[in-house]
Amino acid sequence: MGEIMDRALDDLREVIALRKEDAMVEAVAAHGELTITVAAGDLVDFVDHLRADGACRFTTLIDVTAVDWPDREKRFEVVYHFLSMHLNQRIRVKVSVREGELVPSIVSIFPAANWYEREVYDMYGILFSGHPDLRRILTDYGFRGHPLRKDFPTTGYVELRYDEEQKRVVYEPVTLTQEYRKFDFMSPWEGAEYILPGDEKKDGA
Amino acid sequence: MMDGAGNDVLTGEQNIRNFNINFGPQHPAAHGVLRLVLELDGEIVERCDPHIGLLHRGTEKLMESRTYLQNLPYLDRLDYVAPMNQEHAWCLAIEKLTKTEVPRRGSLIRVLYSEIGRILNHLLNVTTQAMDVGALTPPLWGFEEREKLMIFYERACGARLHSAYFRPGGVHQDLPQDLVDDIAAWAKEFPQALDDIESLITENRIFKQRNVDIAIVSQQECQDLALSGVMVRGSGIAWDLRRSQPYECYNEFDFKIPVGKNGDCYDRYLCRMAEMRESTRIIEQCIEKLNDCKGGEVMTRGKLSPPKRTDMKTSMEALIHHFKLYTEGFHVPPGEVYAAVEAPKGEFGVYLVSDGTNKPWKVKLRAPGYPHLQAMDYICKGHMLADVSAALGSLDIVFGEVDR
Repeated sequence: MGEIMDRALDDLREVIALRKEDAMVEAVAAHGELTITVAAGDLVDFVDHLRADGACRFTTLIDVTAVDWPDREKRFEVVYHFLSMHLNQRIRVKVSVREGELVPSIVSIFPAANWYEREVYDMYGILFSGHPDLRRILTDYGFRGHPLRKDFPTTGYVELRYDEEQKRVVYEPVTLTQEYRKFDFMSPWEGAEYILPGDEKKDGA
Repeated sequence: MMDGAGNDVLTGEQNIRNFNINFGPQHPAAHGVLRLVLELDGEIVERCDPHIGLLHRGTEKLMESRTYLQNLPYLDRLDYVAPMNQEHAWCLAIEKLTKTEVPRRGSLIRVLYSEIGRILNHLLNVTTQAMDVGALTPPLWGFEEREKLMIFYERACGARLHSAYFRPGGVHQDLPQDLVDDIAAWAKEFPQALDDIESLITENRIFKQRNVDIAIVSQQECQDLALSGVMVRGSGIAWDLRRSQPYECYNEFDFKIPVGKNGDCYDRYLCRMAEMRESTRIIEQCIEKLNDCKGGEVMTRGKLSPPKRTDMKTSMEALIHHFKLYTEGFHVPPGEVYAAVEAPKGEFGVYLVSDGTNKPWKVKLRAPGYPHLQAMDYICKGHMLADVSAALGSLDIVFGEVDR
C-alpha cells in the first residue's frame, strides 16, 4: 500500500517537474503526502498550472493556512492544500515569506480562497496582494494584533465585560487572578537550561 | 437621486433604494450565532455578507500550548452535533505521524461511532431544515431518535456530547456487550423511524415548494467553492472519502454513496436521508464484526496509551508511564501531516505540524462548514429573502466548527 502510494507521489512530482521545474524550490514526499515549495512570485502561475494541467487537475482548494517560525529569516510559511476529485490525489504547496512581504492572492483562480486568505491575514497579518476584500474575519470588530503569531500571548491583551453603570460592553486590559500555568517537562538529565535548586551555591562556594 | 427627480408617477418606482438588513446574530434560523448582512432589492437578495467569528474561541491557539492528549476534547467542541467524527481526524493525524496501528476492535468501534455521529448530525440537520421552512413535528420526532443515540454515546464514554472517546491508538474503553446488543436492536428499529420522518417531509407540499430548485449548485461550482460532503453529492459527484480515500477499515464495508441530480436543497435533503439508511447498514455490519472479535484490544499498548489498571498495581514502570503520559504527554516525531475524514458535513481535516515535543507546533482545523458558509453569497444571490433560511439549512452549518 505504502509503496504504491510513494510511487504515485513520485510520478506526480515528475509530471509537475516536467513543466514547472523552474518554479519548484523543493519537493518532498513524506507520510504519503507531496509538498512542493515555490517562490511567492511563482505562486499564481504554479497553482493555475496545478488546476488546469490534465495530469494534476487540482480543482478543489481544501485549505489555506500559515505557520509561524519566529526563528527563521523568512518567518511565515503559507500553506495551501489542494485536492483533485478527478484523479483522487492531494498536494500541498508552500510559500515562505518574510514579515511584511506580500503574497499574491489566488482568489481569481480559486474563489474559495477568499475567506481562507482573510483568515490568514486575520490570524498572522500576512497581506495578500490582489485580494478583493481583505478584512478581518474571525476576530472581534476593531481587534488589534494577530492571534496565531507565536509572540501573541494566549490570554490576549484585552478582555471585555458588560458594565452596569455605563450600560454597555467595556474593554479592559487583561488581568489574571492566577499566573498563567505553563509547565516545564524538560528533565534535568536532558539539558534543562535553568539552574537546578541547590546548584546556585556551586559557583559561590 | 435618480433621473426623473421622482415626481413622475411612472418613474417614481426607480427611487427605491436597496435595503440592507441584518439577519441575526440572534435568529432562530441562523443555526447559532451568525450575522448575515443582506442587501435586498425588494425581496430579492442582491448580496449576502456573512459576519462570522462570534463563537471564535481561539481553539487553534489554545492547542499550541497543550499536549496532544489534552487537545483531544477541543475537537469535540467544534462540530458539537457529531463530536466523535472530529476526534477521529485528530487521532488519525497523530497516528499518521507516529505510525501507530489501531487494533481491529478499536477500529471497528471507531467506525461504529462515526456512523452514529453521522446519523446524529443528519437527523438534526434534516429535521431543523424542515423547521426552518415551517414544520414543527419533524424535529420532535427526530430528536427522540437522537436522544437514543446520545445515550449510546453516554454508555460508551460517560458523556452525551463531549465524549473524548477516540484516543490516539484506538478508543478509550471497550464497549460492554449489552451496549453492542442494544445498538443492534436500535439499528433494526431505526429504518421504521426514518420512514415515519420521511412520510412527514419528503412528499410534503410546503417542504417541496420551499426546497425544490432552491440554492442550486452545479458540479463546477462545487469545485470552485471548495464544497464537500453532501454539498457535492447532492450535485451528482459521487465523492466520499470513506470510499475514495478509505481510512480506518471502511474498505471492508458494503455501503452505497447516494448522489443527487439537481444540486438543490431538496436533493441534498434526500441524500442525507439515504445516507442515514446507509449508515444504519454500516452499523449493522459493524456489530456483526464486533461480535466476531469479542474481548480484543481496543487500544494499541505502547507509549501513546495508558497502561492497564491492573498492571499499575504491580509494575513500577507502568505507574511511571501512567504518570508521565497524563502530565507530560507523549512526544510526536517532527513532521507535518494532513489527515481528513468524511465528517457528516463534509471533509473535516487536521493539518498538524509537529516539532518533536509534547505539544503541537501548529494545528489547522479544516472545517467543512467554513467554505460552505462562504458560498452563501454566491448561492443566495437572486433568491428571495425567505429562501435564505432554506439555503442556510441545507448547507448544514454549525458555528462551533466554522468559528473554531
